[in-house]
Amino acid sequence: MENSTILEIKDLSVSYTSSNKEIKAVRGLDLAIRQGETLGLVGETGAGKTTTALSVLRILPEVSSSIKSGEIMFEGRDILTLSRKEMREIRGRDIAMIFQDPMTSLDPVMTVGRQIEEMISLHTDCDKKELRSRAEAMLEVVGIRKDRFDDYPHQFSGGMKQRVGIAIALSCNPKLLIADEPTTALDVTIQAQVLNLMNQLKEKYRTAMILITHDLGVVAEICSSVAIMYAGQIVEYGSIEQIYGNHMHPYTEGLFDSIPDIEEEKSELKVIDGLPPDPSALPAGCSFSPRCPYATDRCGESCPDDVQVEPGHIVKCILAGKK
Amino acid sequence: MAEHLLEVSNLKKYFPTKDGILYAVDDVSFAVDKGETLGLVGESGCGKSTTGRAILRLHEPTAGTVLFKGDDIVRYSKKQLKEIRKDMQIVFQDPYSSLNPRMDVRHLIEVSLEINGVHDANERLERVKEVMDVVGLEQRLLNSYPHELDGGRRQRVGIARALILNPSFIVMDEPVSALDVCIQAQILNLLMKLQEKRGYAYLFISHNLSVVKHISDRIAVMYLGKIVEMSTYDELFRNPLHPYTKALLASIPIPKLNRKRDKLILSGDVPSPINPPPGCRFRGRCPYAKQICGEAEPVLRKVGDTQVACHLYD
Repeated sequence: MENSTILEIKDLSVSYTSSNKEIKAVRGLDLAIRQGETLGLVGETGAGKTTTALSVLRILPEVSSSIKSGEIMFEGRDILTLSRKEMREIRGRDIAMIFQDPMTSLDPVMTVGRQIEEMISLHTDCDKKELRSRAEAMLEVVGIRKDRFDDYPHQFSGGMKQRVGIAIALSCNPKLLIADEPTTALDVTIQAQVLNLMNQLKEKYRTAMILITHDLGVVAEICSSVAIMYAGQIVEYGSIEQIYGNHMHPYTEGLFDSIPDIEEEKSELKVIDGLPPDPSALPAGCSFSPRCPYATDRCGESCPDDVQVEPGHIVKCILAGKK
Repeated sequence: MAEHLLEVSNLKKYFPTKDGILYAVDDVSFAVDKGETLGLVGESGCGKSTTGRAILRLHEPTAGTVLFKGDDIVRYSKKQLKEIRKDMQIVFQDPYSSLNPRMDVRHLIEVSLEINGVHDANERLERVKEVMDVVGLEQRLLNSYPHELDGGRRQRVGIARALILNPSFIVMDEPVSALDVCIQAQILNLLMKLQEKRGYAYLFISHNLSVVKHISDRIAVMYLGKIVEMSTYDELFRNPLHPYTKALLASIPIPKLNRKRDKLILSGDVPSPINPPPGCRFRGRCPYAKQICGEAEPVLRKVGDTQVACHLYD
């Protein structure tokens, strides 16, 4: 069972409704993740990264969103067909999440130790003493002294709070961890500490992870494969070597070119002109075509198919492999 | 010695709190020349924004002098200050909260003209249109409100507001931190082009070292209210001296694979700027700390072309 597929998303489409307009946040997304793999889900604000993650945990806002199509297969079962009760058992035990903002994702009136205990007690029947010792052990795993068990979140710094978030997420030894911009709110030296910790824990527990981020630097530090999202679709997907060494989609190219390179002499940054499209009024054909420097008439006609340029390297562009 | 456009000497800004005095900016000195960008980097709470604001007297400095074109503006009266602020402007970090949501783009940009005595509405409109052109805002947006604009355009409005009085010095307080990378690149290119054309001097405050290196001529690194190292942008990256600078550089995630880098990961957090530790403020996290570091506070001194405050270079 080594490296078996843990999660497979097939043709997922999710829309939000706002003032009677349909906002297509995720459109026909396919994704698979194996045990021990860390997948970086990269894109700009509004690309659909977080919506994808919330769909997997089924914590989308019920009133304003709907899953239009697709399957999310987790251990042979389609998550989208499970009852609320079954879903509650999966959340936290099998699939856990680390949220972006450690300042708001912890309960301010509960001690951090109790917050870790709460997760464990939901999914096991430990007695009080065992609960406490397991929660204390988790604090130590993430590098917090266990004598801080009875402290409240406001007594911790941002980096320490994010460590608590990680401790909660890992406390039931989940098979899949979804980390939504886990270091975005942190300073760089603290970010380096947290990434280092996540790398160690990943190796130790062999947890599969989806890392949502807009930072290609963070992806290079921690991921083994990458999916680049644009306007609700994955436009390029491959191993980290394929994406960093040989990216082919014009949007991926634009993303890399936008980042100032600290190892090279400065020059004017190459920019992608314009803005991402309005998700309630998407352009016809390829949604990147209005901004694409290589666009041809054909690009505006129909949405490009996924092209497999190498085993495991998929590009949604008619030019893929032809440039 | 040639006169600098801006010369900050021994600037201090302390805030009284119920737990004691918060030393936000503690004895900071630097100069900025015409057409130059000085980058000011550091982590949250190191005092970089407070420095920017104290220079413009948006915070009243506790002590120190700020010579602008040779004159100490710390001693200026309110009236003199209003006059000089035409020449010293600021662009704020968050284009979502720094624009009045009830003013349209035209009004947002022209209000500073109005305050500064341009009473002819037609002239104001002409100048607004001109500056909108300069920052790349379409004229059709004249009557749009901030909520109708995306983050990049909002930040362009913020920049237009700063430029309309044609200042010679602008504090850029994290102007691209709230923007996506593609938009960030557009704004960085704009700022650099404007500087080339019009000779603005920038104090560019940011926590993002790649961005600061890209835009700055010289860079000052701050830690807990102090400048710990100051150098040209290429020297600072090629040959960082202060252990904190080294750690900062090593912490930047770089979007490339298989790079060989010395990983200097700091332990612990930045201590509180309220009652900071005696001696060197970085000592508690420094892997090279010696006995003297706890006894005497290191001062900025010249080592080669760099200024550094560290006992390793005594």
